Amino acid sequence: MSLEEQTSTEYGSWERPSAFYNKYIKWVIYGLIVVFVVWSMWDIRISFARFVAGIDAAVDLVQNMVPPELTPRKRELLVEGLVESINMSIVATVIGILISLPVGFLAAENLMPSSVYYASRGVISISRSFHELIVAIVAVKAVGFGPLAGVIALSFKTIGFFGKLLAEELEDIDSGQLDAIRAVGGSRFQVLLYGVLPQVLPRIVGLSIYRWDINIRHSTVVGIVGAGGIGVTLLNSFQKYDYDFSLTIILAIVAIVLVGEAVSAIVRRRVQ
Amino acid sequence: MLTVSDLHKTYETGDEALGGVSMEVSGNEIVAIVGPSGAGKSTLIRCINRLTEPTAGEVWLDDTEITGLDTAELRKARRDMGMIFQEFNLVERLTVMENVLSGRLGYTSNWKALRRKFAGEDVQRAYEILDRVGLGGYDNSRADELSGGQRQRVGIARAVIQRPKILLVDEPTSSLDPETSRSVMELLTDIATDDDIPVLINIHEIDLAIDYADRIVGLSDGEIVFEGPPEALDEEGRDVIYRGGESRVGRAAPDETTDSLTTEKRE
Amino acid sequence: MAAESDDREWRRFSPTQRALRALGVGLAVAAFVVSWRALDINYEYAATAPRETYDLLSRMYPPDLGYVTEILPPLIETIHISILGTAFAVLISLPIAFLAAENTSPNRATYYLGKFIVSFTRSVNVIIWALIFVVLFGSGALAGVLAIAVRSIGFTAKLIAEGIEEIDHGQVEAIRATGASPFQVLMYAIAPQIKPAFVGVSTYRWDINVRASTIIGFVGAGGIGVALTTSINSFAWDNVLTILIAILGVVVFSEVFSAYMRRKVR
Repeated sequence: MSLEEQTSTEYGSWERPSAFYNKYIKWVIYGLIVVFVVWSMWDIRISFARFVAGIDAAVDLVQNMVPPELTPRKRELLVEGLVESINMSIVATVIGILISLPVGFLAAENLMPSSVYYASRGVISISRSFHELIVAIVAVKAVGFGPLAGVIALSFKTIGFFGKLLAEELEDIDSGQLDAIRAVGGSRFQVLLYGVLPQVLPRIVGLSIYRWDINIRHSTVVGIVGAGGIGVTLLNSFQKYDYDFSLTIILAIVAIVLVGEAVSAIVRRRVQ
Repeated sequence: MLTVSDLHKTYETGDEALGGVSMEVSGNEIVAIVGPSGAGKSTLIRCINRLTEPTAGEVWLDDTEITGLDTAELRKARRDMGMIFQEFNLVERLTVMENVLSGRLGYTSNWKALRRKFAGEDVQRAYEILDRVGLGGYDNSRADELSGGQRQRVGIARAVIQRPKILLVDEPTSSLDPETSRSVMELLTDIATDDDIPVLINIHEIDLAIDYADRIVGLSDGEIVFEGPPEALDEEGRDVIYRGGESRVGRAAPDETTDSLTTEKRE
Repeated sequence: MAAESDDREWRRFSPTQRALRALGVGLAVAAFVVSWRALDINYEYAATAPRETYDLLSRMYPPDLGYVTEILPPLIETIHISILGTAFAVLISLPIAFLAAENTSPNRATYYLGKFIVSFTRSVNVIIWALIFVVLFGSGALAGVLAIAVRSIGFTAKLIAEGIEEIDHGQVEAIRATGASPFQVLMYAIAPQIKPAFVGVSTYRWDINVRASTIIGFVGAGGIGVALTTSINSFAWDNVLTILIAILGVVVFSEVFSAYMRRKVR
């Protein structure tokens, strides 16, 4: 077989086998990618001149932003916004998890009939597919400006995240332990309490804290569509061309996000 | 001809791996470096093509002083030294052919290497060498699809296609089963004869060394403690290499002797 | 002995464990209550929220399918933004990844510089980057592309750097021993080893960026978000539902495609 192959390919020439069917198709695909990127650039009108103009503007902006401003009045606004964001993140995490506990159980394939399973998976997919700001902007229209809309948006996003991971966790549990509880005559509820919960509780705690960390991040930006928190303050500062305050806010947000990440990492390590 | 003179290597940790090694390798001889682990066998091989930088001493390949070269010159000099590794060190995600042809990188421009355009002559030789090491027809297999023995053969092909003036072989058989080990050793001796190049093998299986080498160099604690043909490696020689010169025959009871003999066999 | 075993009690947790658990739960409840009160949410709003939401949904349905032709261009623009943004991010993050990988960074200073770029770009949300770039480049998709690109650098560079840190040094050494140039070592020994990580990270990030590029339009950085804001502000709820369904479709497609690519390149 090897001999035949070698005589059919020209001795002294060798071509790397392609991941595609042959090299022509490979080049066509590469060509298409290039065409697509060029089309994208043209569509978006990216040009050198615009870049240069942008760089000039960037110098202006940086000069406007530095040094970051923090007068007492501004500090009050900043603290108010940050506190509101954190409060939103806490409330939304608790509400979101309370709702996603049943959703997660209903979406576990091994515990539920398939109709319930698909319905719950549908809810989870929708929650996961939409960006938190889309949910927030719709929530703002439904219940008006303010933190309530933010809480609704974050809670809704929490359902998709937490429900999915909880369901996966439940699908991985050891069914032998459930059988054992059933074998001693345990009721459905007792099976849940003694067979299922002990297996997933540590993960639930860990995931809750992880989700809280994510919700802190999101709570700092949903305000940009009017759903409360520091994002409102940030958007206002941009609209008033108050860029040195904008920089203060952004730095504060970065600080809060990093602290949240660190705290969540430490707590999760201790819990697990 | 490879000449090593008074080679020293002290690692940053302060461990002295080589304490002044001098030796010559020439013609088409197979030289086996044997010794207990930690004796500096690998360090010696790696200092020759300067994958490990020696602290002092000289390495000469024909008229070139390897130890005195700058980076660009060293790269050129490395083309003349084929290296074969214990863990094969094939680029796992590339094809067998690419692995073999990578032995010609030193003769190929960056741009051509990028497009995998090797000289027709190189490609032809690659096919021939693959046939020679028994891997004809495997050219388009990915390296990670091969067995250990096959991978080592690709490793050998990659070194041979360099048309080296010497082969440096670092523990070629420790990742292989005994049978495959022998066939790899046979392949290496064949190459030495056919291509008329010397082979410097560092090996810890002493039986393989005795069976295949023309000359044995015993290394212990970074120094050469034995040098001679395989026939000369008697009990005393082994004691010198593996026990720092303490003769167990002289001091141990007879039953103890047989005991340590079996231990050695296993090694 | 017998008496002792009679009142022997069994408890799931030791007293300290119980106290700690109670404390944890108590803290969570307290945090919730305090936060809820501090938010000062108008209960009337909260009470009417379900009705308002239902009202909204009923006005959304049925979606206006005729609107599809109008949202096609912004939808395509959204995809363009996500692809270009990801492409720029990946290009820029390659050198940064080599800085942020311990085994390829030239020295400690460059290593920490790499780490700093990674964590800084990651900590600022894409919408904030969009706000900044809209100020710089005016509203439009260019600002969106840059926002997506800058925001993604940290993520892609971090994961590629991890891929670089995991490479097998033996393969690099073997190629170096043949007399290959540094560039050839990069192409033959390093590139093949990080290729799976590279493709995986790029497509995974693209998947995330498709979602992100649906919202940067809220601050004027182009894409379907602009159309969505317009429809919402003009209370064209049937259009809003059409847009939401379109977004759902694109997001699901990108998720499937990126999963396929990651399976294919191994």
